[in-house]
Amino acid sequence: MTAARPLLSVQDVKANYGPVEALRGVSLDVFPGEIVALIGANGAGKSTLLMTICGDPRASAGRVVYDGAEITNTPLHEMVRLGIAQSPEGRRIFPRMSVLENLQMGAFAGDPANFGGDLDRVFRLFPRLAERRDQRAGTMSGGEQQMLAIGRALMSRPRLLLLDEPSLGLAPLLVAQIFATIKEINRSEGVTVLLVEQNAYHALRLAHRGYVLVNGSIRMSGAGSDLLANPDVQKAYLAGGHH
Amino acid sequence: MINGLTLGAIYGLIAIGYTMVYGIIGMINFAHGEVYMIGAFISVITFTILGPFGFASPVLAIVVVLMVALVFTSVYGWTVERIAYRPLRGSFRLAPLISAIGVSIFLQNYVHMLQGAKMKPVQPVVRGGFVLAEEGGFVVQITYLQIGIIAATLVLMAGFTLLIHRTSLGRSQRACEQDRKMAALLGVNVDRTISLTFVMGAALAAVAGLIFTLYYGAVDFFIGFLAGLKAFTAAVLGGIGSLPGAMLGGVLIGLIEAFWSAHFPIAYKDVAVFGILVIVLIFRPTGLLGRPDIEKV
Repeated sequence: MTAARPLLSVQDVKANYGPVEALRGVSLDVFPGEIVALIGANGAGKSTLLMTICGDPRASAGRVVYDGAEITNTPLHEMVRLGIAQSPEGRRIFPRMSVLENLQMGAFAGDPANFGGDLDRVFRLFPRLAERRDQRAGTMSGGEQQMLAIGRALMSRPRLLLLDEPSLGLAPLLVAQIFATIKEINRSEGVTVLLVEQNAYHALRLAHRGYVLVNGSIRMSGAGSDLLANPDVQKAYLAGGHH
Repeated sequence: MINGLTLGAIYGLIAIGYTMVYGIIGMINFAHGEVYMIGAFISVITFTILGPFGFASPVLAIVVVLMVALVFTSVYGWTVERIAYRPLRGSFRLAPLISAIGVSIFLQNYVHMLQGAKMKPVQPVVRGGFVLAEEGGFVVQITYLQIGIIAATLVLMAGFTLLIHRTSLGRSQRACEQDRKMAALLGVNVDRTISLTFVMGAALAAVAGLIFTLYYGAVDFFIGFLAGLKAFTAAVLGGIGSLPGAMLGGVLIGLIEAFWSAHFPIAYKDVAVFGILVIVLIFRPTGLLGRPDIEKV
């Protein structure tokens, strides 16, 4: 797998979040077909890294290379056309639009001919969304909004899916369901996934490889199972049980 | 009543421009009244140029003037956004507002200098009407022009509501309104969408300007100020950000003005309009059709 060209390569990227230096030279690679987990404490810079890959905030130093081409300074709205979709921190669904309209927005840059099929696919993955089709998204529960954010990202037929804390605030049963869905998307459709999680146990079990981000730089990396077994990781991120 | 509706249609069309721009970037475009004034002037100028050729058909003449006014006014709307507002995006909230007032003053004086301060008249283009009722020499009539104005406004209103609620462009406008960064992540070109919103608002203002020209037969460089203020009032009255609200607010204000002028001293009609605004805002701060935001986070 490492012989292939990475689909996404983040090279020594620095970025500021307001006056704070959030990323202090981060490098990581994501290869085609992989699920890569990025774990770390609150405020380590995980979400900033996902946003910087998409170009907001821009990297103040370093390069972001996608599929062999540099995208460090590509406009935000071009990313989805390159095949990068994000389910961002805080979900950011459009609260005053219906579930269907949110999904239509997800397909905004896509070919309208694919819309019907893609919608069916998302509704198959998340039957709950089909039931809530015409409901205002802002009135749904947190778990449903999370499904919508992921579903919306899938509507653009991404090659690279960036997921920010898909398990945040969800009941354990739902967490398991969301992770199963991510695995399903990756395995049956070959979508490459870069996953940011505080729920390190679940994330590392799911991922092929993982990176540990501490204070804006990568502290450790390796296969998901190796990181799970690592005593430092266990102590820092897995203490307090497997939830 | 009919006069009130016609006046209300004009206010409503301008108010939609305020409401759309406010909806998408949360800014009151105080120069919008001036854009409407420019729409009216372009209509007058085009009518004057067409004049010597004679109006073979008034409908044809109006269509030509409408096209010219739409194009030029839209260009003004686009340019104003590009020059005066876009560079200020991301700065503090008051900056574009001040810039808008500056643009408003600039456009007034610019038209003043180019066209002079005198009223510019045009020949009536559409004459005649139906007599609805006649009683002891007192005639109630509705002119063809009034019918046309009200019909055109209804059509535009319906068209724009469909556009905002059913089309991909409308959806991306609402997406920009709710979360600009997320809209961009989904592939929406936010700058272009905002420009388009300004152009759409300007186009409606152009229609309102043309209607004003046809209805009153004369324009001057100052018409945008009060009309803009009243249309803004209409937008707030109906609930700013709401398209049907803008139209409703416009019609209400038109009717209030017409009734007040018919029964009370005409000099106080503006006082009546703004008085109603104050009362509505005290009891319904979000306007008649405005929505209190209920959202789960």
